[in-house]
Amino acid sequence: MSEAMKLFEVFIRSKRGLDHKHVGSLHAEDAAQALEYARDVYTRRSEGVSIWVVESSMITASQEDDCESFYDPLDDKPYRHATHYQLPEAVNNM
Amino acid sequence: MSEISSEQIKEYVLRLADDAVVQGHRLSEWCSHGPFLEEDLALTNVALDFIGRARMFYAYAAKLADDGSTEDSFAYTRDCREFTNLLIHELPRGDFAFTCVRQYLVDEYSLRFMEELCNSEDPTLAAIAAKAIKESRYHLRRSRDWMLRLGDGTAESNRRMQEALNELWGYTHELFEADRFELSLANAGVAVDPSLLRNEWLTAVSTTCEEATLSLPTENWSVRGGREGIHTEHLGHLLSDLQFLQRAYPGLEW
Amino acid sequence: MSEQHEQIFQNRIDAEEKIEPKDWMPEAYRRNLIRQISQHAHSEVIGMQPEGNWITRAPTLHRKAILLAKVQDEGGHGLYLYSAAETLGISREELIDALHEGRAKYASIFNYPAITWADIGAIGWLVDGAAIVNQVSLQRTSYGPYARGMVRICKEESFHQRQGYHIMMTLARGSADQKHMAQDALNRFWWPALMMFGPHDSESAHSAQSMKWKVKRQTNDELRQKFVDQSVAQAEEIGLTIPDPDLIWNEKRGHYDFGEIDWDEFAQVIAGNGPCNRQRLTHHRRAHEDGAWVREAMVSYQKKVQQRREAA
Repeated sequence: MSEAMKLFEVFIRSKRGLDHKHVGSLHAEDAAQALEYARDVYTRRSEGVSIWVVESSMITASQEDDCESFYDPLDDKPYRHATHYQLPEAVNNM
Repeated sequence: MSEISSEQIKEYVLRLADDAVVQGHRLSEWCSHGPFLEEDLALTNVALDFIGRARMFYAYAAKLADDGSTEDSFAYTRDCREFTNLLIHELPRGDFAFTCVRQYLVDEYSLRFMEELCNSEDPTLAAIAAKAIKESRYHLRRSRDWMLRLGDGTAESNRRMQEALNELWGYTHELFEADRFELSLANAGVAVDPSLLRNEWLTAVSTTCEEATLSLPTENWSVRGGREGIHTEHLGHLLSDLQFLQRAYPGLEW
Repeated sequence: MSEQHEQIFQNRIDAEEKIEPKDWMPEAYRRNLIRQISQHAHSEVIGMQPEGNWITRAPTLHRKAILLAKVQDEGGHGLYLYSAAETLGISREELIDALHEGRAKYASIFNYPAITWADIGAIGWLVDGAAIVNQVSLQRTSYGPYARGMVRICKEESFHQRQGYHIMMTLARGSADQKHMAQDALNRFWWPALMMFGPHDSESAHSAQSMKWKVKRQTNDELRQKFVDQSVAQAEEIGLTIPDPDLIWNEKRGHYDFGEIDWDEFAQVIAGNGPCNRQRLTHHRRAHEDGAWVREAMVSYQKKVQQRREAA
């Protein structure tokens, strides 16, 4: 075959109230077709209430090897995390 | 509805069950032969829908028969002359173009048919139809999409689709012909009078074909007989496949 | 520089952290993963064929629907795995070319024919059973996309083995013909199922490095033992006999001892000389070639749509 179909990433919201979660990828010719196939391929057991597809080439990703410069500056704010705060046992499921 | 016997309803239900099982069987033949993996899975979903539909109709027929019949005794132990499916369903799967065109012609019909059947005074039929409508909408979206992609794709795909359409056309007339039996059930509010679906179907098919750069066949030929059990030669082979185990080892649990 | 990278990489693995697509990784790790994941993907897809052989002849509509859904799942699992392999910078087309040209392997079990309905039971029970033992272990593999694919696959496959066992159980409790059919299928599929775990650890070319990289989490022999141990009671439960005169409980080891695999047969099938190797590849190649005009038409249609959009 002369040209390959495009690669799409698939994201599924498994139930209302939850985020869309990346589940994998598939090949299709356009977004509409990718959406149809995502239904057939990734929700054979009604795993989803909503599907997103996006062409893989459209995603701009951080380089995970650069993670020191990308994330480390954020990593010095432990007070952003719940575990930073030691509370008495009685209220610790807060 | 009072003058209609459950035996008559059973006969009608078997027609619809046979349509679905034969269509599902042909689609199931594609599994692992699809043009690419995504489509292989999608086609199988459609096959599963038709087999599921067949099982619901057969189960209802078994209940109406009330003589020990089961969904499987209907599907696996009747011979060609007893099958009453429309001929279009039993034609061999052919190439992917043939499968797509058949599916499209059937889906345009099936969706309208089920929408009508939804109004049946028989509540079981209406309930099965309600489920089938949802599936048929999805099937039609898919098969119509393939009509456009392949009709208006390359010269080769266009040629294959046109050939398939020409070949199938003669089998579409039968879809809209009701015999006296069906008409009496339709008059009683149980069955669908398929002749009423023809105009809308033709308009939809014409529009799609035009968009897909395919021409509607004008030749005046048609084949019929499925509802009376007068089949093509292909059905016997399909049944010898489908029924092999039940015939070779009759009366067992599987 | 690269040595430093390699150290960070191995530290990450030792700390049970996952490797993700954009991380630095040794070229050999990448190649090893592509080999293993694509082999796994091809196995799922080629595995559709022996069971697919019975879809049109399944004995009841219920069994037919189950089998169709199952074979469809195998295709889906192949797709998840191709998708995981593609994160390593190789396309599905390249992977399929490698399969067609004989450069990539798939599980040798699928080179045996499914000739009776009981074979569908045996494949579900034993072949999926063996695959699940392997896959459960691989849920903890070090490469993130592969591990996540495995989690998904394991969740979906739980019904595969059960439906196969259910077929065997029904046959074993059925007529004499049916019971014979079931035993015959077990006889033919037992040894090839044991071969699915690959050569002995001492003979396995990729084992040690794969363990160090945590691509594999348990060795071939450990997994094979686990499979034998679980299968014996399952066979007994339905009155079938595992075709191995050397099979005996070893109190000291707390495991079953079992006979030696016919490694010549294994080598023959791997080398492409099993009963169905040629048939399986021809089938796959033909479906791919028959689909070429469809894929070309899709591309061409898409171009036309684009042009029309730009013209408008």
